[in-house]
Amino acid sequence: MRDLLQRLRRRHEFWLASVIVALCVALTLATDSFFTLRNLVDLLTSNAFIGILCAGLIVVLVAGGIDISFTATATVAQYLALSAANAWGATWLTLFLMACGIGVCLGAINAFFIVKFRVHSIIVSIATLNIFYGLLIYATSGRYIYALPDWFSYGIYWFETEIDGWPYGVNLQMLLLGLAFLSTWVLLNRTNVGRQIYAMGGNPDAARRMGFPVVRLQVFVYGYMGFMAGVASLAQAQFAQSVAPTILVGKELDVLAAVVLGGASLLGGVGTVLGTFLGLTLLALLQNGLVLVGVSSYWGQCVTGAVILISVSATALEAGRQRRLRRSAA
Amino acid sequence: MTVARVRIGVNGGLALLLLALAATFSLLIGERFYAASTLRSMAFQLPELGILSLAMMVTLLKGGLNLSIVATANLSGLTMAWCLTTLVPGSEGVMWGVWQGVSLLAGFAVAALIGLMNGYVIAYLGVSPILATLGSMSLVKGLAIGLTRGDVISGFPEPIVFIGNGVVAGVPVGLAVFLGCAIPVALWLSRTPTGAAIYMIGSNERATRYSGVDTRRVMLKVYVVSSLLCAVAAVVMMARFNSANASYGESYLLVTILAAVLGGVDPFGGVGKVAGLALALVILQVISSAFNLLGLSQFLTLAIWGAILIGATAVAVRGRRGG
Repeated sequence: MRDLLQRLRRRHEFWLASVIVALCVALTLATDSFFTLRNLVDLLTSNAFIGILCAGLIVVLVAGGIDISFTATATVAQYLALSAANAWGATWLTLFLMACGIGVCLGAINAFFIVKFRVHSIIVSIATLNIFYGLLIYATSGRYIYALPDWFSYGIYWFETEIDGWPYGVNLQMLLLGLAFLSTWVLLNRTNVGRQIYAMGGNPDAARRMGFPVVRLQVFVYGYMGFMAGVASLAQAQFAQSVAPTILVGKELDVLAAVVLGGASLLGGVGTVLGTFLGLTLLALLQNGLVLVGVSSYWGQCVTGAVILISVSATALEAGRQRRLRRSAA
Repeated sequence: MTVARVRIGVNGGLALLLLALAATFSLLIGERFYAASTLRSMAFQLPELGILSLAMMVTLLKGGLNLSIVATANLSGLTMAWCLTTLVPGSEGVMWGVWQGVSLLAGFAVAALIGLMNGYVIAYLGVSPILATLGSMSLVKGLAIGLTRGDVISGFPEPIVFIGNGVVAGVPVGLAVFLGCAIPVALWLSRTPTGAAIYMIGSNERATRYSGVDTRRVMLKVYVVSSLLCAVAAVVMMARFNSANASYGESYLLVTILAAVLGGVDPFGGVGKVAGLALALVILQVISSAFNLLGLSQFLTLAIWGAILIGATAVAVRGRRGG
């Protein structure tokens, strides 16, 4: 038992989960509205866009890269796919094929520059963010799309039940958020490709010498990020009931914050899907909790920043302590 | 191939690119491109981005990054703006001038505090610069939003507005302020022991520490200087708009990295010069102004900036490998 606790204490996820549990207990005691099905549904629905992108970004970070361009990718995918659906009609399947296809293509462009010209991913993705976004707004003059296909506006509502007069069900955002995290978990923990991505992120030279297809892995990783950007863009458009080409770009650092709060390293090879989910949950609960206890929403970002700073400082201090312990033991 | 030749190559390449752009745009636009009004409008727009890029550059050189530059500039600008609109008495006299100075100092003090916080967390606690400044960006911007509730503070005394919009002997004051930052920073980086230590830390932090340099102290200084430069940018920005707000200039954040990298700064530290950054800034500004004259959208400018960044970096990487 003591051993188990000792091992748990060293896990980043353990600390995150403890904070989340403490926060949940406090909020449940402090407010009537926190521990309700309604609030849970709202939380999942409104954080789906950021969450699905987190599920993509963790793969890129584990692979040792970084991507900033996914908000622009999502904007382009959303705009083109729903424009096409308006013009020629579409079904759920073809709509998702279009959005995700566009996402994969734009991700492949990132991978092309990274692999072919050996430019670092942060430079490439800052550049492509500006290129994708700039060209889209130039071509469309930044016009919003308000008229969406009826079946899309209506969305989906599975397992509908009524509790206390409110209809509840699994909506599109919850479904996509769940699928995104499930597929990333399977990819990173249960497939050969996932193990290779961890290996490549941990030591790219060693991975190359072991004979891993590094180029193909890079294309896959950025393509996967693009795919998730496509999925996230449709979840967001359905939630907002419109396509607004200027509001998604600028949220990329929110996604990055959630993923690194979850313990992913920017040096590659380190990071878990559980940690990412907990990081996302913590940031979402903070925002939600502050509103529920009546703190003005103007202070939300300040608290988020303080939590990120405290968390990364504590992690760094703990890592330093572990290093010193190991050195004195050796 | 030595590192020195690569650097000459970078600046030479940028100069060639600038010449090519100038030739192309003068063919496309004609006389108007060289009109005094065009040059002057360029000179008014360049300083804000320029000073913020310097703030980003010093942290990039030591192998770090400062994502909180725009947030720092806004909070320090708001501090100055609040002091200017509430503390400054009357509309002339000695005390009028003194309190304006005090207001600006208050803004610089806030920026210095943020710099100390960033520097302490990064240098002494060992947090990675991206994570630390991502957190402080949120914290600082959150403070600015919380304290102002997102409102704008506007209406400053004449001398302040003059900094953003005045011209002395044909030179816009803002441009003079930019040069007044760029030249000391260039000298600091190239002529002082601290400057040399910054490049060394950027190349190999551990080796620098083992060779007897107090790397933590140097890193702390870098983040404080970066923050103080943000405060200078805040003065120029606030003066030009005659107002301050928690979310001005957010699109500058990634563009400062773009400008620095285009100017030959290695995003992982150790390589880069102020002259290269200045050339890159002029290139970006020329493209932006020319597109404006041609009636093309500012968003197309963004796309072209991105394309030039990838193109220039790819050429530089190839040169380094092939040479």
